[in-house]
Parts: sequence; structure tokens; C-alpha cells
Amino acid sequence: MTTRRELLLAAAGGWLLGSTAPAGVGALAAEAPGAEPLEALPGKKPLIRRAWRPPNYETPLEGLVPLYTPNDLFFVRYHLAVIPEIDADTWRLKVGGAAAQRPMDLTLHDLKHGFERVTLTAVNQCSGNRRGLFSPRVPGVQWGNGAMGNAEWSGVRLRDVLGKAGVAAGAVEVVFNGADLPVLPATPDFLKSLPIERALDENTLVAFEMNGKALPHLNGAPARLIVPGWTGTYWVKHLTEVRIEPAPFDGFWMKSAYRLPTGAFPSVRFKTQETPETTPITEMLVNSLITSHVNGAHLKRGAHVELAGKAWDGGAGIAAVEVSIDGRQSWQAATLGRDLGRFGWREFRYRLDAPQPGPLTVAVRARSRDGATQPEKLTVNPGGYHDNIVQTVTLDVG
Amino acid sequence: MRRTLVIACTALLAAAAAVAAVAGEQSLTLHEGAGRDLTAGRCAICHSLDYIPNNAPVMDRTGWQKIIQKMRERFGAPISDPEAQQILDYLAGNYAGKS
Repeated sequence: MTTRRELLLAAAGGWLLGSTAPAGVGALAAEAPGAEPLEALPGKKPLIRRAWRPPNYETPLEGLVPLYTPNDLFFVRYHLAVIPEIDADTWRLKVGGAAAQRPMDLTLHDLKHGFERVTLTAVNQCSGNRRGLFSPRVPGVQWGNGAMGNAEWSGVRLRDVLGKAGVAAGAVEVVFNGADLPVLPATPDFLKSLPIERALDENTLVAFEMNGKALPHLNGAPARLIVPGWTGTYWVKHLTEVRIEPAPFDGFWMKSAYRLPTGAFPSVRFKTQETPETTPITEMLVNSLITSHVNGAHLKRGAHVELAGKAWDGGAGIAAVEVSIDGRQSWQAATLGRDLGRFGWREFRYRLDAPQPGPLTVAVRARSRDGATQPEKLTVNPGGYHDNIVQTVTLDVG
Repeated sequence: MRRTLVIACTALLAAAAAVAAVAGEQSLTLHEGAGRDLTAGRCAICHSLDYIPNNAPVMDRTGWQKIIQKMRERFGAPISDPEAQQILDYLAGNYAGKS
């Protein structure tokens, strides 16, 4: 008997090998020696390739300049190599679990028309964003700054879906599965769980649109989980199953991956998954990124230039962004842009004068509304997560 | 039952190999050396080979040993003990760039 996995593998192989393979696959754009390799995946503009298969591609810095990251520039991150293209008409979301009172299957039509539609703006950042900048370096996908983006997500509240299925007393976690599969049956499938209270949070969504358009295939079509404020590992793509459970989920991707030393970071705790040694990563930490200039950028002496970038956090919202040009002796407030809501990033701008020739080192730090600021020193951890140290760029004034 | 499993596994590996031999990833060839073909063959069942050079700057012999162990024990990579030793020797000899 042919299994679903074999069908998917055959389909994946056929798609990749067949004459209908999109022209962008494998076409390398401007790959100069030493430069980061850019490659356009189907439906995407060129992104920085970190790995072919499973595909891991990050957004180049230019892609992080717009207030909303365009869908075709949004980063791509997979753990497993079998990624089926899903027919939205036959797709079903199975909602059940041992603590569900009324298990049910939903079609995309059910989802779109059976629940209140909600839209919110939120940053989606991979837990390992900036891992490649870690010192000392740690294994894993060597991401730069671009395993993140900001988008407007539309869908329905997970809470409403769970409510329809009936959450029994004693539910502690909700487990999520997506359609992507491992090549080998022995490889753990990518399943994640959330604490029941985060699953029932009004901002946790099952989204089917991104920036007003259907989700791109490589960002989770036809529907994915949106967990505003929490790192991307929880934002399960190609969602197929939601299970309300009375016990902590013990899958590999919760028990053994995406974990931090317990107590090392000031984030919200995922108590049903915590051990004395390690705890799951949860919220993003307050952070910022200069998007207008890179290290070594040339400035004309005496010219007024505008430094610009983005600041974000785990959902308190950004209170301030400060800039130092005197080796962190003094800090001046940057001007903040439009508030997109507490889960979106916040643009900042700062007028930079460069009166003296020579190197000019600019440091930027953001402060969250809950008082958290970016640290000077990295908290080293085995997974290479949570690099939110103060960023500096040195400009060449001449 | 056992025979069915073997056939299923062979089919899976064949399909996986088909997926591997596509797109840009075939442009990457690992360094010459004893154990190269074995390493490429086993690793590429599940992922493209660029994961190897991309992680090389972070890796030493101990690092590769941990990764190989993780791939076998956690991810079910079909690698025997003698093969694991050959793969370790190859990776430690060719892709251990940690200073």
C-alpha cells in the first residue's frame, strides 16, 4: 500500500525533476567570490541562501528597509525536506486531542467564514536569527540578520477555533502539526506546543493571509500559526492539526530542541516544558537593526545623513531607540516612526552629522515599554539563540 | 511484514535520492578524501551537503562526533558503527575549521 509519505516524496521529486520546475530554482544571481549567495526560490525574489534542502534562506538587508516586509522577500525556514504543495480546496484542519470536547475537521472555507476575521501586524523572527554572528560560534544554520520580517497577518483567533472544539477542564497544552514531513520515517516530525494560556490568547491566530495576499507556499500556505511576540519556531506552517491536550507534549522539537538554560534569560516561562536545566525559548527579546548603513559604508564629511532601522521586542512595544556616536559615553534619542501595534516593529531615524574625517562608530540600542534594554554582552547558549546585544556599525567618513 | 518494510525503505531512499539530485545543490562537491562518497551518500538522504561546509568553521572532531551521533540517534540516519567512524574521520579531516 502506498503511504501518504511516499506519495508526497514522489510528488516532491516529480515537481523538482519535471519540466515544470520553476526557472528560479538553482539559478544563482551575482554570486561573486566571498559574497553571500543569492538565489530565487519559486515565488520569491533572490534571498541569501543558507542551505538548499531543507530550504533556509534569509532576507537581504534591503528587504528589511520597507515597513512591511514584502511576501516575496520574506525569509524561508524549514527543518524537514518534504514540503508538499497543498491544494487549498481539499485541505483540512483537524482539531481534536484528548482534552477536546467536540473534535472537528475544518475546511479553509469553514475557517474563513465560520469565525471572526482578525488582522494584526507582527514580527516573525527565527529563534536562531544572528546565530552566524555569535562569538564563540555555535553549530546550526549560520543566519545573519535576515531570518526575520514584519508583516500584517490575517486570519482567525485560535481561541475561537479551540472554543468551537470545546476546551475541557485540565487542558494544559495545545499541540500543532504541519504538512511538512521528514524524509525518513524515523526522523521526528516537526510538531510544537503552546501553553494553554498562550493558545487562548486573543492575539494567537490561525492566519491564511500575509500582507493582504494568500500566504506564499514557502511561508506556510494555506494556513499557519501566528504567535505574536514569540519566536518563529512556534509559528507552525502548513497547519494540518491542532490538538488540545491534558499533558505536556513530549515530542523531540519541544523536549530536545529550541531550549535555553533555565533562568538565563528574562522571558516568560513555559512551565509545563521546563526542567531544572533547560526551558523552551518563548518571547523575542528587545532588539534593533540598522538598515540604512552597513559596516564600512562611506560618508562624505560634513554631509547630513539619516541613520535608520527597526526596533522590536516580545510584545510590550518599543518605548525608545537611542544612538551613541561617542563610544557609548552619551546617548541621544532617535525619532520613532508609526506605531504598528505592540507586536510590529518600530522604525527609527536619526540625523547623523559627520564633521570629522576618519572612522565613526555608531551604536544603537532599543528600550521596551516594560523597561528592558539591549545588553552589551552576549549570553552565550548552546543553541545560539537570543542575540540582542547592542549593534554597532563603523562608518568611513572622508 | 519485514520484506514490506525493506521494500518501503528502498523506495523511500530512491525517492530521497531523486530529491537530492536536483536544483543547485548538485553543484556542490565535497573535498576529495577517503570516506567522501559514503559521507555524501548518507548525509544527502535528508539534507543538502552545504550544511557540511556551512558548519565547518564551528566544528572540530568532537563537534562532528556529536552531530553524527545526533543524526543517528535522534533523526534515525541509517549509518552503521563502522560507517559512522569513516564519516567522522572524513569530516574531522576535511571540514573541521574551528580554531
